[in-house]
Amino acid sequence: MTTITADGHIDDHAHDADHKPAFFQRWFMSTNHKDIGTLYLIFAIVAGIIGGGISGLMRLELAEPGIQYLQAWASMSNGSEASMDQAYHLWNVLITAHGLIMVFFMVMPAMIGGFGNWFVPLMIGAPDMAFPRMNNVSFWLLVPALLLLLGSSFVPGGTGNGAGTGWTVYAPLSTSGSIGPAVDMAILSLHLAGASSILGAINFITTIFNMRAPGMTLHKMPLFVWSVLVTAFLLLLSLPVLAAAITMLLTDRNFGTAFYDAAGGGDPVLYQHLFWFFGHPEVYIMILPGFGMISHIISTFSRKPIFGYLGMAYAMVAIGVVGFVVWAHHMFTTGMSVNVKMYFTAATMVIAVPTGIKIFSWIATMWGGSMTFKTPMMWALGFIFMFTVGGVTGVVLANGGIDDNLHDTYYVVAHFHWVRSSRSSPVSTTGSRKCRAGCTANCWVSSISGSSSSA
Amino acid sequence: MTHFLKAWILAIGLILTPTALSAQEALPAAPVVDSAAASEAESADVPAATEAPASGLDPALYTPMKPTPGIGMPVDGHIDFQEQFSPTGETAHWINNAILIPMMVGVCVLVLFLLLWVVVRFRRGANPEPSKTTHNTFIEIIWTVIPVLILVVIAVPSISLLARQFEPAPEEALTVKVTGYQWYWGYSYPDNGDFEIISNMMSEEDAAARGEPYQLAADNRMVIPVGKPVKLLITAADVIHSFAIPSAWFKLDAVPGRINEKVLQIDREGVYYGQCSELCGARHGFMPITVEVLSEEKFNNWVRANGGTVKGDAEEPAAEVVETAATETTTEIADADAVAATN
Repeated sequence: MTTITADGHIDDHAHDADHKPAFFQRWFMSTNHKDIGTLYLIFAIVAGIIGGGISGLMRLELAEPGIQYLQAWASMSNGSEASMDQAYHLWNVLITAHGLIMVFFMVMPAMIGGFGNWFVPLMIGAPDMAFPRMNNVSFWLLVPALLLLLGSSFVPGGTGNGAGTGWTVYAPLSTSGSIGPAVDMAILSLHLAGASSILGAINFITTIFNMRAPGMTLHKMPLFVWSVLVTAFLLLLSLPVLAAAITMLLTDRNFGTAFYDAAGGGDPVLYQHLFWFFGHPEVYIMILPGFGMISHIISTFSRKPIFGYLGMAYAMVAIGVVGFVVWAHHMFTTGMSVNVKMYFTAATMVIAVPTGIKIFSWIATMWGGSMTFKTPMMWALGFIFMFTVGGVTGVVLANGGIDDNLHDTYYVVAHFHWVRSSRSSPVSTTGSRKCRAGCTANCWVSSISGSSSSA
Repeated sequence: MTHFLKAWILAIGLILTPTALSAQEALPAAPVVDSAAASEAESADVPAATEAPASGLDPALYTPMKPTPGIGMPVDGHIDFQEQFSPTGETAHWINNAILIPMMVGVCVLVLFLLLWVVVRFRRGANPEPSKTTHNTFIEIIWTVIPVLILVVIAVPSISLLARQFEPAPEEALTVKVTGYQWYWGYSYPDNGDFEIISNMMSEEDAAARGEPYQLAADNRMVIPVGKPVKLLITAADVIHSFAIPSAWFKLDAVPGRINEKVLQIDREGVYYGQCSELCGARHGFMPITVEVLSEEKFNNWVRANGGTVKGDAEEPAAEVVETAATETTTEIADADAVAATN
């Protein structure tokens, strides 16, 4: 095959500039951060449609008091007439699937895998990610993970089909309380998604630490890169804990261990501590890249540099660090001692300070600017206000004594949807924005992430 | 290829690394699991009938009180918390309404105002030449320090509320043991002969007949005396449940293998409703909590109607001594379970 032309130039495969791999090679064996980023975004959109569809089903059911549709849907899944209990179980399956899909298969792939992959190498002047093949592995682990999770809805999980444990998968409901393969499949799905994210995190940290253009010190990095760096550290430190926690769920379920079984000397609350040691950083994992994008958008469309760059960067670092020592505010009603509850109340409130710094710095960035109101900017403005509402309700929930009456109510559900999921709905506009804005990388991140990240 | 392999080895190593799992505070090791009662209940499905039927108690001693509409239950169109009837609940409600809500409204209005202001004042039409300001140390200090001060203002009453919520019950306080089952509640009264009330959700017809809200009304209520701290010991037999009474600002998880303790005091006679507040399986939404608060005298009569003993009564042999025996076997069974599990 190799032909040597007259000038001795080896010409058997194309130059990088016009290298055009075939479809399968390009999309399934990719080592290109942009293509992988695109795959992540498409994946996130698909998962977002599924997860959003599930919340549509739930809202349909909730439109009137009493059970409207659940029994019919459960019968569809069963293939035979479903009992009322199976109908109720289906509700739990829906909330579980909605939560897991939105967190692990929509927000995280879009934010970190999608936008992170696309823009981190561009913004730091790197030719690609540090480990391009591992990058591809990260993505392709997500696909079986999502399939496992979706598949779990159609196999027995206790009372009916599917895992009805809630997205937190609390033991012992998820161990002795759910007989059948559904919960095992859901747990394995989390394992795969977790492995995917850990690989991604290693990749981002390596890329950002080692592949910055000459002269780009950490203190000169774009804020989006800062946000991805902090996020990657949170992932790297928290996900192994989740992996351990859910591995013990699996062994409790299948191999007779009793990590979370009081009758064998274990403790169900241990699971909650482990889960939330991951789960709370996870909250910031989902929001930090959004913070980074919002900074770029606000700056671009105000025609003004970011106000208080270092403060913004270190506010994210502070949020990341403090985010690791506040987890038990998700567990205020589990029967903690008064001192523990006081500590977690105080520590949680502290997070409001760096968050406030970010909100005010965004406003200060716009202050004195020359603002135009393209779609990304509109989303960014909406994000700031909605995030503020989510943030102040968070300060209320931080109070352990107040939380007694709010924990496990719709107040909490509303709180975290204000903070987070309002970001998810605009993802649908991502594609169109991406096509329209094609100028510089900076303008581009603004347009794309604007539509997807504004909460 | 080597990158690929390394990545995998790293990843697998990370996943398999046994992360420090021992960081768990010392637990009161009290595996009191009423598995006997649970299995009994499961086989019978409606264990209530045998214990104390809806109106099966001696009407001379006790008739279920009618709830006051709008008290101790959610109200249509109401957006505030339910009216509070416990001392700490009133404080908590006050902290929320007098400190937290003004804080929330204030911050949101400030941010909204600033956003609208920059949108109007600094739009391109109004301000074609952007400034180049990127720092202002003074204002950065301001917006760091003021939130800290606001948080301190919140934290002081909040922390003292916590301290009050954790004040232990006085020695002579009545103890009620609350057990969550899939999917009903059991209330036992160890100070009064240890009889257990099994509390199931009432059917829509029964609830309507008794003038109670469906899905909040339970056939057999937990009854406590008014205006006194009552020590609740909360646990569960199968999975985690959560015992909640919104109008007393009370919520505590019922965790199998643990006994959580908390003081409940309700200062007004009446009926108060709550629901299980931790996802516990299919019928999680159908295991309501109904608490009836009675004067000391009526409470004692209710105890007698259930065959329990009241301190100071002539020593009547309680009819329900069987219950004590049941608890003993329970412990044995729990132990046997433990042995089986470790094997």
